[in-house]
Amino acid sequence: MATIEQPRDTAQSSEASPSPDDDHRGDSNAIPQLQPGLRPIVWVVLILGVLAMIVPFLWMVLSSVKTQAELLQTPPSWFPEDPTLDNYRELFERLDFPRYFWNSTIIAGLITGSNLMFCSMVGYALAKIEFRGRDKLFVLIIATMMVPSSVTLVPLFVLMSRLEMVNTYAGVILPTAAGAFGVFLMRQFIIGLPSELLEAARVDGAGHVGIFTRIVLPLSTAPLAVLAIFTFLGAWNAFLWPLIILQDDAMYTLPVALGTFAIGEHSTDYGLLMAGAVVIIAPIVAVFLALQRYFTESIVMTGVK
Amino acid sequence: MAATAPTGTGRSWLRRQGVRENLAGWLFASPWVILFLVFMAGPILAAFALSFTDFGLADLRDPLNTEVVGVDNYTALFSDSEFRRASWNTVVFTVVAVPLVLVLALGLAVLIDRGIKRYKTFFRVGYYLPEVTAIVAIAILWRFMFHPDLGLLNTMLGWVGIDGPNWLGNPSTAMPAVITVAVWRHLGANIVILLAGLQAIDPVMYEAARVDGAGGWQLFRNITLPLVRPTLLFATVITSIGYLQVFEEPFLMTEGGPLNTTQTVAMMVYEQGFAFFNLGYASAIAYLLFLVIAGLATVQFRMLRPET
Repeated sequence: MATIEQPRDTAQSSEASPSPDDDHRGDSNAIPQLQPGLRPIVWVVLILGVLAMIVPFLWMVLSSVKTQAELLQTPPSWFPEDPTLDNYRELFERLDFPRYFWNSTIIAGLITGSNLMFCSMVGYALAKIEFRGRDKLFVLIIATMMVPSSVTLVPLFVLMSRLEMVNTYAGVILPTAAGAFGVFLMRQFIIGLPSELLEAARVDGAGHVGIFTRIVLPLSTAPLAVLAIFTFLGAWNAFLWPLIILQDDAMYTLPVALGTFAIGEHSTDYGLLMAGAVVIIAPIVAVFLALQRYFTESIVMTGVK
Repeated sequence: MAATAPTGTGRSWLRRQGVRENLAGWLFASPWVILFLVFMAGPILAAFALSFTDFGLADLRDPLNTEVVGVDNYTALFSDSEFRRASWNTVVFTVVAVPLVLVLALGLAVLIDRGIKRYKTFFRVGYYLPEVTAIVAIAILWRFMFHPDLGLLNTMLGWVGIDGPNWLGNPSTAMPAVITVAVWRHLGANIVILLAGLQAIDPVMYEAARVDGAGGWQLFRNITLPLVRPTLLFATVITSIGYLQVFEEPFLMTEGGPLNTTQTVAMMVYEQGFAFFNLGYASAIAYLLFLVIAGLATVQFRMLRPET
């Protein structure tokens, strides 16, 4: 666990961290670069690779606006001859998408909110309060990041059925309401905040609650944003646990609705399925492209160096 | 696991607080800790207990009434041919997909970091795109991509005169197809992690080696690779833990078929637990998976730890 156990001053390292586009070591000739003669090959390889990532999504979008007849023709066409929104229309008639969209939004929103609150609280305690058992608690939290989720599925289901939370929002939300990753992220960041600043507030008579809400939280917007994005994304895309705990289709999230639709009688209705995939993916890709800086820089922030 | 302490003068000041600090620390930690105990620690222990019972649907009403069957679930597992098949598939999947995704990611990360000067962000974002999208949508998309007649893959193979197989319907190509999707999906995250590792290498390390006359490949082999090793370890552990639990790709693309060739351990946990409601049996499967993952993570940390 060598990489993650060291306390790291993230506040500092994010200053030193690379700005994404320009090479941060631009003036240094020390980092070996590939020979300039190889550069065309490098470009070809990288572009082919990135096409392999992006083309399937383009194909998905193009297919979603093709007619049923065109989807069944071989070989398939690239561009729709007669673009139509029929697939979307039919999908919205057969499935209650606004409802699933609402369920997904509520569930992912509440999971995100609770993680932001609870993870930053325990992160602050681990970073800036010297309490007995602190180090053991931190080790425990790190260890739980390794526990496979499939171990807890059955007992959680038994627990939820005892608590009568099967088929409820609470049943989906509670098991992921306080994750370990968030604690780790917040603790690593808060530990880098200067203790002098916190002390000054103490001298002025602030308690832990005051310091936490008025100093630590306002200074922690960057890791909070990262945590919000990752938690929301994970919750929005989650499939297995919602599939188990949500049994009434009025409670389904988007992935559960589309997943059960896809393995049912509509498994070869590719026009409808592609339209459904677009509906799930589009909002996330929009958010991702808008906030992509946070995504990629956050990996640096978590101290994976 | 090293303890960490606030630095400098804060420490002595804090120490005087004693009891108040203990109380404050645990109060701040308590909401998280309570949720953790109820929904994580408790269930982990309960899974262990459940795996020694024949807990079924009827027992949900009255859990304490379930019958303890000792190690019967575990002995049954070893003679369950479906479980052996699923275990084998999961191992094959992991053993092929983990090195594949890491080698590809390391290669691409080096190319992005050291082969080009501009558009680094474009590539980073491009490769990361599949990582942020819902696996349900991805699995459905790839089911279409792999369609023997209507899919994009065989169409493209057709351009170069290859008559592509029925990828997901053929027992010998279904697993490679599932592996392809898993590698495709996780390439970006590994690239981003490894890029962070590459960029953290101190240029001074190379200067010293250059003075000794080391060439490009030697620099990579003797400086870059050892220094990126902790990052590689982190990526390996995270990816292996994820891949050993592979569920969505086969569940949505092949439903474990054809002929159980893509049935995985995590899929069996789901089926036994929530299709057949053999909850005790499902717990035994999940617990074995847990032990394997814990064991593997430990071994990987040992193997890839920097030589000291």
